[in-house]
Amino acid sequence: MTHIGAIGLNTFREAVRDRVLYNLVFFALVMMGAAVLVGQISIGIEEIVIVSLGLSAISFIGLLMAVFIGVGLVSKEMDKRTIYALLSKPVRRWEFLLGKFTGLIFTLVVNTAAMAAGLFASLLYVKHHLERTDAIVLVAVYFVLLKLAIIVSLALLFSCSTSSLLSILYCAGFYVAGSFVQQMRTLRADLLGPFAGVMRWLSYLLPNFQNFSVTGLAAHGVPVPRTLILQNTLYAALYCAIVLAAASMILSRRNLK
Amino acid sequence: MTVPAIETEKLTKEYPYGFLNLKKKISLENLTMQVDSGEVFGFLGPNGAGKSTTIKLLMGLIFPTSGTARLLGKPTSNIEMHRDIGYLPEQPYFYDYLTAAEVLDYFAKFYDLPAADRKDRVRRMLRKVGLETAGDIQLRKYSKGMLQRVGLAQAILHDPQLVILDEPMSGLDPVGRREVRDIILELKNAGKTILFSTHILSDAEMLCDRVGVIVSGRLQGVGAPGELVGVQTHKMEILFSLAGTQNTVRLLSHATRTGDRYRLELPEAELYPALDQLRDASAKILSVAQVKPSLEEYFMHLVSADRAQASAVEVSGK
Amino acid sequence: MNLRSKWLQAVLIVLGFAGVWRLQVAIDTERASVIRESDELLLTSPRMLKLMSFEFAPLLGQIYWTRAVQYYGEQHATPGKDFNSLWPLLDIATTLDPNLLPAYRFGSMFLSAHAPGGAGRPDLAVSLLQRGIRENPDYWRFYQDLGFIYYMDAKDYPKAAQAFEEGSRRPNAHIWMRVMAAKVAAEGESFETSMFLWRDVYQTAIDPDTKKGALAHLQVLQARQDCKQLDALSEEYEKRLGHRPSNLNQLIQSGMLSVMPGDPLGFAYILDENGKAQLNPRSPLAEKKKLFDAVK
Repeated sequence: MTHIGAIGLNTFREAVRDRVLYNLVFFALVMMGAAVLVGQISIGIEEIVIVSLGLSAISFIGLLMAVFIGVGLVSKEMDKRTIYALLSKPVRRWEFLLGKFTGLIFTLVVNTAAMAAGLFASLLYVKHHLERTDAIVLVAVYFVLLKLAIIVSLALLFSCSTSSLLSILYCAGFYVAGSFVQQMRTLRADLLGPFAGVMRWLSYLLPNFQNFSVTGLAAHGVPVPRTLILQNTLYAALYCAIVLAAASMILSRRNLK
Repeated sequence: MTVPAIETEKLTKEYPYGFLNLKKKISLENLTMQVDSGEVFGFLGPNGAGKSTTIKLLMGLIFPTSGTARLLGKPTSNIEMHRDIGYLPEQPYFYDYLTAAEVLDYFAKFYDLPAADRKDRVRRMLRKVGLETAGDIQLRKYSKGMLQRVGLAQAILHDPQLVILDEPMSGLDPVGRREVRDIILELKNAGKTILFSTHILSDAEMLCDRVGVIVSGRLQGVGAPGELVGVQTHKMEILFSLAGTQNTVRLLSHATRTGDRYRLELPEAELYPALDQLRDASAKILSVAQVKPSLEEYFMHLVSADRAQASAVEVSGK
Repeated sequence: MNLRSKWLQAVLIVLGFAGVWRLQVAIDTERASVIRESDELLLTSPRMLKLMSFEFAPLLGQIYWTRAVQYYGEQHATPGKDFNSLWPLLDIATTLDPNLLPAYRFGSMFLSAHAPGGAGRPDLAVSLLQRGIRENPDYWRFYQDLGFIYYMDAKDYPKAAQAFEEGSRRPNAHIWMRVMAAKVAAEGESFETSMFLWRDVYQTAIDPDTKKGALAHLQVLQARQDCKQLDALSEEYEKRLGHRPSNLNQLIQSGMLSVMPGDPLGFAYILDENGKAQLNPRSPLAEKKKLFDAVK
């Protein structure tokens, strides 16, 4: 097993043995149930509510996991000094980083899959049979995972450089900024004055999480174009690569305590 | 000439601190030393002297401000070389949600050992460090001594050529310490090179071929424990009691006296003449023993010399 | 080698961001072709939203109001776009926070103004304002806005007069509300009323867009009034000399005008083939007037 795989598996094992995860997934499943109930209150929009609430829950819970586990991935090992024994093995620091990354991504994939299964179960309960258009929900879930991958890479970057608390704040900041990046581009240039150029640059360089939001399409059964799927995948991969490269640069120069 | 196992040249580590990081704390200064293959080398020094810093520099966990270090002939930046090196960190702490067996297995993976081989080694190691019954308990339930043993196990499970141990005896009861000493001796007999740091001087005296003493970031002395202490001739010590008669024994003038009992220190050559004198004076001989110079004295001497220098520097206002 | 690898890494990161930029542009295009704004506004039940937001309802309301403003800005900036999501956004914002005064005021303006300046739905604007009045009964400005909408966009003068009248009775209402009520009740649409209302908008507006629009309206109104007066002069000329003037110079020569009349931007008026006074086609006001007339 490669070094990256070994570290990844260990990271996954750590996440699984941490009981908080089960509570979060349970909470998400409860939300699915609630969505079914809410759908009953209204007329004719059960599916829409289940899909939109369900996707929001998956996204939100995934975000919590990505941030709270992600910021500790490196900093916890440094604080607890467990990293010493590991780095004394023939393991490069970037392998360590990549291993942590894949481990958390894998954890998220497993949890998201569980929640998505709950979502489909709710849909099945309400609709009594699934149609091909429901597969669009899977695309939406995939997009959520792409978004989470970017967040994990950011959390790792902060984990290598600063304390857990600050990392959480930075991650939250990036998430909020990344959600409004789309609007930044349409802000009126005449109102911004000298900031217009800065805003424009930022709006392209900051991660654009709106790219991954297709809840509307999924809820109304409108198919997502394949080009978009490809583009988003490339975007996420490229962005993660950049951030992880930066994290690797920081980690390789860091004097451990 | 075989390559020395460890080699450093003017290895220096400074930590900037204070406002805008303008001040510097010198953790290690111009360390130049060598550990030969097959040696057991002890690193002695008071707390904060720089022993752990040196070891971390060797392991590539921190980076030198200047100077170089080589392990098994390769620079410390060469991570591949870690295959032949075992390391026990100071205050070892491992993933507390794993069991000892799982931790060892996990670490073993990084040496690219096949699964069956790993299982076998893990079992052997657990037995060697006395943890075979506790192998499946999560580390969060382990005592400090048990964690120390796990640490030792993970340092040697891949049969490394060079073993570096940072305070291997800390946290262990006398039984544990004895076991660790035995393991170190076993490794030495197998031809391994061992570097360990400690502030328990008797361990160093017993185990090491050579020791290096570090005080305040500087290497103050390197050599075999006997050499360092620098006493070429042995002295002898006679304890005796003598009632009453003051006149005869000229020797009494050199003795220290507590009530009826006297202690006399003299060179080995003068032992038997002195005993004759005492016999003639009907003194009761209580004991005759060799005065062993101790590493402790040498050590304390170095420490206090360093402290004196430090306060002289302070007083002079620099 | 260390320095070289540092440079290499830095270059790679810069290249990476360049790639990200290119991809983003492509994604934007792709998404624009598929995503309709209305798709993004899923939870359109304001009551449900209010239930779900607990004590964050007012904050959420403000966020929705901000979204409405952004939405209006985007749609306004892009020609040919509709304002279909405007009403739902405003509906939600004011349900979540019924005291969000600007949402009612500006929202109603955005809603009732004709395209491309707004959604062209005076009826929805009226509903919005009526909710505003329900929740904030003493705020006289809502009545002013209501009157404005009835007068300008719905052309319902009795209702406009009524709105001004009611509003004039609220605390702190300006005196002119009462005057306005009487004038509109008596005359319906009039030059003075329109001028007054637009001037008030111009003076109290904080948003530059609104100010510009109000100014344009004032200028076109003035131009219309000027043209009316010129037509009256032409009629007088015809009475005196037996034929209509073919151009404005004749009016000057006959002594009925002292100088060549110009519109508020300085362009001279002309007489069209029917002898009616019109804006000079070279004047920017001519475009605006066409726009305003088209939606009548």
